[in-house]
Amino acid sequence: MHHTLPSDFISVRETNFSQAEEYLQLCAGNQQDGAVVSFVGLVRDFNQHSQVQGLTLEHYPAMTEKSLREIVAEVRHLWSVGRVRLIHRVGSLQAGEQIVFVGVTSQHRGQAFQACEFIMDQLKTRAPFWKKERDNTGEHWVQAKQQDQQKAQHWYHQKHPHHIR
Amino acid sequence: MIEVLFFAQLREQMGHDKLALQNAFADLGALRQYLMAQHREWQSYLAPDNSLAAVNQCLVDDSHPLHAGDEVAFFPPVTGG
Repeated sequence: MHHTLPSDFISVRETNFSQAEEYLQLCAGNQQDGAVVSFVGLVRDFNQHSQVQGLTLEHYPAMTEKSLREIVAEVRHLWSVGRVRLIHRVGSLQAGEQIVFVGVTSQHRGQAFQACEFIMDQLKTRAPFWKKERDNTGEHWVQAKQQDQQKAQHWYHQKHPHHIR
Repeated sequence: MIEVLFFAQLREQMGHDKLALQNAFADLGALRQYLMAQHREWQSYLAPDNSLAAVNQCLVDDSHPLHAGDEVAFFPPVTGG
């Protein structure tokens, strides 16, 4: 069991991150957890419109970090996880650049895998970020996908997500 | 006073990033209906199917009560991650 509640690291920023550095932060001095799961999201060069050169990420500054903290608090209610690190970039990004990092540790892998995916699924439907893609025809707001909504909701239809390993 | 913020595509469609309203509204739904009645185009931009809403930075539905000093935001379904 985790006897002290570790602090969650949540960062919304323009600057890039290093997955290697984040991994070290998740592991350093943490010998109680046997699993580290991390996810990195990148800017694709092909999406709803043709050749995407890059995108601008707009957000609602007063709400963004608050909504991410709520998601992480929910994770801690549903799963027994150790450390959580969550970084989301905003501003102008080029194709191929990193957008989002989620890292979760837990004693056993099942909890960390599920918690990491839950954070991404909820972030995509609840955190106030909006992408505007740039291609050679101009700029286009990315439209939300119905399947993301379904993916975020399916967690609540499992009776006991923390019992699934 | 109630401050109303708009983000992303909705901000561009509305032509405003914020409005300050002196009126009192019982709940979010009443404010939404008031705004939808201001301009023909706003009717569809602000329809519940096309937009999400937050009161004091929390996602809520139309039955959420409103009070003077609340910060209300309308925005399109989110697309981060």
